[in-house]
Amino acid sequence: MKSIADLEKIREAALERVNLRSDRQGIRIVVGMATCGIAAGARPVMMSFLDEIKKRGIEHVVVTQTGCIGACQYEPIVEVYDGDEKTTYIEMTVDKAKRVVLEHIVNGNIVDGYTIGSYKK
Amino acid sequence: MELFRSHVLVCAGTGCTSSASLKIIEEFEKQLEENNLEKEVKIVQTGCFGLCEAGPVVIVYPEGAFYSHIKVEDVKRITEEHLLKGRVVTDLLYKDAVIENQVRDIDEVDFYKKQKRIALRNCGLINPEDIEEYIAFDGYKALAKVLTEMKPEEVIEIIKESKLRGRGGGGFPAGLKWEFAAKAEGDEKYVACNADEGDPGAFMDRSVLEGDPHVIVEAMTIAGYAIGANKGYVYIRAEYPIAVKRLQLAIDDAKRMGLLGEKIFNTGFDFDLEIRLGAGAFVCGEETALINSIEGKRGMPRPRPPFPANKGIWNKPTLLNNVETYANIPQIILNGPEWFKSIGTETSKGTKVFALGGKINNTGLVEIPMGTTLREVIYEIGGGIPGGKEFKAVQTGGPSGGCIPAEHIDTPIDYDNLIELGSMMGSGGMIVMDEDNCMVDIARFFLDFTVDESCGKCPPCRIGTKRMLEILDKITEGNGTMEDIDNLERLAKNIKAASLCGLGQTAPNPVLSTLQYFREEYEAHVLEHRCPAGACKALSNYYILETCKGCGICMKACPVEAISGERKQVHVIDLDVCIKCGECMAKCPFDAIVRR
Repeated sequence: MKSIADLEKIREAALERVNLRSDRQGIRIVVGMATCGIAAGARPVMMSFLDEIKKRGIEHVVVTQTGCIGACQYEPIVEVYDGDEKTTYIEMTVDKAKRVVLEHIVNGNIVDGYTIGSYKK
Repeated sequence: MELFRSHVLVCAGTGCTSSASLKIIEEFEKQLEENNLEKEVKIVQTGCFGLCEAGPVVIVYPEGAFYSHIKVEDVKRITEEHLLKGRVVTDLLYKDAVIENQVRDIDEVDFYKKQKRIALRNCGLINPEDIEEYIAFDGYKALAKVLTEMKPEEVIEIIKESKLRGRGGGGFPAGLKWEFAAKAEGDEKYVACNADEGDPGAFMDRSVLEGDPHVIVEAMTIAGYAIGANKGYVYIRAEYPIAVKRLQLAIDDAKRMGLLGEKIFNTGFDFDLEIRLGAGAFVCGEETALINSIEGKRGMPRPRPPFPANKGIWNKPTLLNNVETYANIPQIILNGPEWFKSIGTETSKGTKVFALGGKINNTGLVEIPMGTTLREVIYEIGGGIPGGKEFKAVQTGGPSGGCIPAEHIDTPIDYDNLIELGSMMGSGGMIVMDEDNCMVDIARFFLDFTVDESCGKCPPCRIGTKRMLEILDKITEGNGTMEDIDNLERLAKNIKAASLCGLGQTAPNPVLSTLQYFREEYEAHVLEHRCPAGACKALSNYYILETCKGCGICMKACPVEAISGERKQVHVIDLDVCIKCGECMAKCPFDAIVRR
């Protein structure tokens, strides 16, 4: 340890690992992981979120899971909570997850095409 | 470094470890593997969460779900329901964490709501065996700031300004102590940490060392820089194996990362730490005895002055602080003295950690702002007295403290208020007593302890405490006289005035405070040969009430066949045969047996 910068580097890297224990603000990405979600492929979607967030070194984002959201036909469903605002993404895939991280989480633009509101038969 | 979506924190403090939390960790690892969750969920062992009564404790983040009394068998359900499917297992949650079927966040639970955690801020939050987690929560940042931006005098000024007082019991201003040690003449100086926590029932220091060992390493290094020392000793009792292990690991990790050793942060400052194990003698918590013990000599006190700040370890200037005092230092440096001063009362700033025990629902560790009332601690945080019994007194300060009766329950807790009430802050033991506790017996219990622990160097303590114990024995056995009570009081005052060290000077406190507030109990023992609380064996008997159904269970339970009676008739105890073991009362299904 030679400098404060060294310490700061370790701190930032380590904080990413632990901030879900203390961070109650930030953005929460909630993946529906009930039987229906898992059967529709929610697990790779969630792993994709985790990977992408780590790759980009984004802080203050928590990825977590929830039970059945109730709209099983749209699974895998992912809800993104940012303050009071909730966005529901449906029929998610690994690639869609990556795009949501880039456009929504990083740039703050909701990916309209993936949301439940834009769903058309 | 991997990212996980969920962290499962399992308490690995001494309390939970003794109720098999390590097996729970093992089982979680097994279950995660079976369910292919190892890459998503991380198991973290932490220090004490404080609510030991509810142990073993498991907390799942990010939800903050607070599981209590977890058994190995429950792990499978938590894994399959909560971790896999995301459904919190409500029936395993801590009772207070579920209100009207709404799961509450851990910070909202009554036990935690009124607490303010400074010294314990990382306990139950980080993995104490992982230096990076400590760094993540601003660890070693205060050290970096001190070494690269501040002069030693400035550090001392901040500590003085913060008005932090020693948390070991005496309450001496920490900044002044630092200044004395800094100004003392000497070619070499030492920093020492008193982790010889001796009060029965106290485990504050142990929990800090187990839950957040790096804070001590960091604070002692800061202290070394401030007073001009390059070497520190942590004196810790050998009966704290987990604390010793984690502290040693913390020292090794800090050395590996260059946070201890030579040229820390590329400055000219070198500092090294060493652990010294004590054999668990109460007197070694006294500073001069502790220093003797560190030097390898017999742990006995010597008269002061000279104070350790001038002549301490190897006769060199030594700064000696308690674990909890050190645990406050990094936060004071980072947040400034104004922040620290904003917490607490006029004369006592900051917070204090207490080990809550005795007749209380939430046994455990609490950290409260100074000025919180005893009532808030006992009823709001502690959850009140079990079984709807009546609160009688609270004992603070361990064998050196005293009993505070119910009429003073609304006193705000700080150093001066407790001394005024004839007790003291002490290191932070807080033992709650209800109507079943006999105050004479309590005084006897503590005297018994000090007689055992007196080092024997000075006669007032060695002989005086023994005589006091003999008188107390006599009174609790029903053979006391009114003259005994007077003698007891006189002895107590003389021992207080004449003893060499803190042990003897405070040993009479339990007697004096119970005499002050509960004199009528002493007199009842002497004049009426009666123990009002029904606790003194020699003065109470077991009786079977008219409500006896004649079931015969007590008769079978009695080991000396003292109970007789026909079936479905009220039974009787032969008081000449009865050995007062209490088995019958414990077994009676109708609560028809009483002791009075």
